[in-house]
Amino acid sequence: MSEPILKVSNIETYYGPIMAIRGVSFEVAEGSIVTILGANGAGKTTVLKTVSGVMDPQKGTVVFQGREIQRMDPDKVMRLGMSHVPEGREVFPFLSVRENLRMGAYIRKDPDGVAQDLEAVFGYFPVLKERADQRAGSLSGGEQQMLSISRALMARPKMMLLDEPSLGLSPKLVKDIFDIIVRINRERGVTILLVEQNANMALNTADYGYVLEVGRIVMADTCARLREKEDIKEFYLGIKEEGARGTRRWKKKKTWR
Amino acid sequence: MNGLAVGCIYGLVALGFVLIYKATELVNFAQGDLLMLGAFIAYMAVVLWGLDYWVGLVIAVLVMAVFGALLDAVILRRVIGQPQFAVVMLTIGLGAMFRTFASVTWGSEIYTLPTPFSAKVTTLGGVTISHEYVSIIVGTMILCAVLYTFFTHTRLGVAMQAASQNQLAAYYMGIPVKLIFSLIWAISAGVAAVAGILLAPVSLIDINIGFIGLKAFAAAVLGGFGSIPGALTGGIIIGLIELYSGAWLPEGFKDVSAYVVLLLMLAVRPQGLFGALGRKKV
Repeated sequence: MSEPILKVSNIETYYGPIMAIRGVSFEVAEGSIVTILGANGAGKTTVLKTVSGVMDPQKGTVVFQGREIQRMDPDKVMRLGMSHVPEGREVFPFLSVRENLRMGAYIRKDPDGVAQDLEAVFGYFPVLKERADQRAGSLSGGEQQMLSISRALMARPKMMLLDEPSLGLSPKLVKDIFDIIVRINRERGVTILLVEQNANMALNTADYGYVLEVGRIVMADTCARLREKEDIKEFYLGIKEEGARGTRRWKKKKTWR
Repeated sequence: MNGLAVGCIYGLVALGFVLIYKATELVNFAQGDLLMLGAFIAYMAVVLWGLDYWVGLVIAVLVMAVFGALLDAVILRRVIGQPQFAVVMLTIGLGAMFRTFASVTWGSEIYTLPTPFSAKVTTLGGVTISHEYVSIIVGTMILCAVLYTFFTHTRLGVAMQAASQNQLAAYYMGIPVKLIFSLIWAISAGVAAVAGILLAPVSLIDINIGFIGLKAFAAAVLGGFGSIPGALTGGIIIGLIELYSGAWLPEGFKDVSAYVVLLLMLAVRPQGLFGALGRKKV
């Protein structure tokens, strides 16, 4: 494997006095889809925010394409080719869908390429084309998620950070969105770092996975192998194992504790 | 006509309040004093240096715009995230400093700014219309058209809207949010300068001209703080009410009418004429 596009080493991030990330390291190979799994409050969003520069880590380094970016402002990081699709969509509610997408291409100076990408994005999500002149705030949750992903795509990024794209969406819509994420990865060669609670979808989509618990990485493996692990099955996929007498073995501890 | 013209001035100052509030959630109580500084700079350019009125206008607007941007970059950026109270005190304090600066520099005399519109009238169907008032109304209309086009049809203008609506997402788009906020301050201060210059032939220039900002604040609240058309409408309503209460009600009502309207509005419809009920997500 060549040098990873993103290499995070030993970052520690605080919210005031509270240590949210306790020394996390991981790598993302160029062209791959990597997922970080974890429950509520595990620190997934904080990891993404630290990578994209919204929060600065107290310690550790974030290296993107061979450059240290841990102290940079998010708009500078973005200019290096990393788009962050935040949790909860965060569209510009009073701008039209088209204006939102144009804002995604704010840093670009090639109008022809932007127009091309606008069509490409409408190809991925035809519903956005129908609603191009509507206010983004009037879209449904799923449509806003599509808009948020599309908007990030408009910057023609080398890498995308996706924070819980499945949040609050119907199972059918979640599947559609994940299909598009895979297409974006395959067709445009965009490296993807995906943070999810929906472990089933994430493990079936990604190539490599990390498990984050209370600010620490506790497991790292290919998704194919992660899917087979007992702990992942029980705690993240919700597949109950039949015990000796058919009762749940609730006393069983996670192997990493 | 006169009420409409004065209302336009209130509207312009209110517009300055609203632009800054929408973007940074700060209420800039020094807005009226920015107007005063703008008027004085135009006075210096036109009377003391003998420049053309239009050149003076451009100079005053540019100087105030740069001043506004610096004010944001050097001082106000540091208080974002502090309690509202601190911000309010800071801008009131800044306003007092500007007034003191003006009284030290220009003294407390009253000045007149000669304009191409001064003391000219047109009689239209038996009604005498003063050019000064017409200049205020036309100037306001032109300025609003320019601002509207800028905010809806240019990349930078749309980016300013975006940064006001969702600061974090704007960062994610690579929009330099801090610079954008400074530019919004620049526009706001520039608009205040224009308002000051338009007002100058009607009310004359002195260091307390900035207290017009209080009435403009009432206008901004009336229109629904955070709404640009609301600010202008609110300004015009206040201007008209003031005129008519001055004409028909006992003496003294003219000066308090703006605040009476403000109180009534807060009691009946606290979100203002154009205000949205839903709070902006912070």
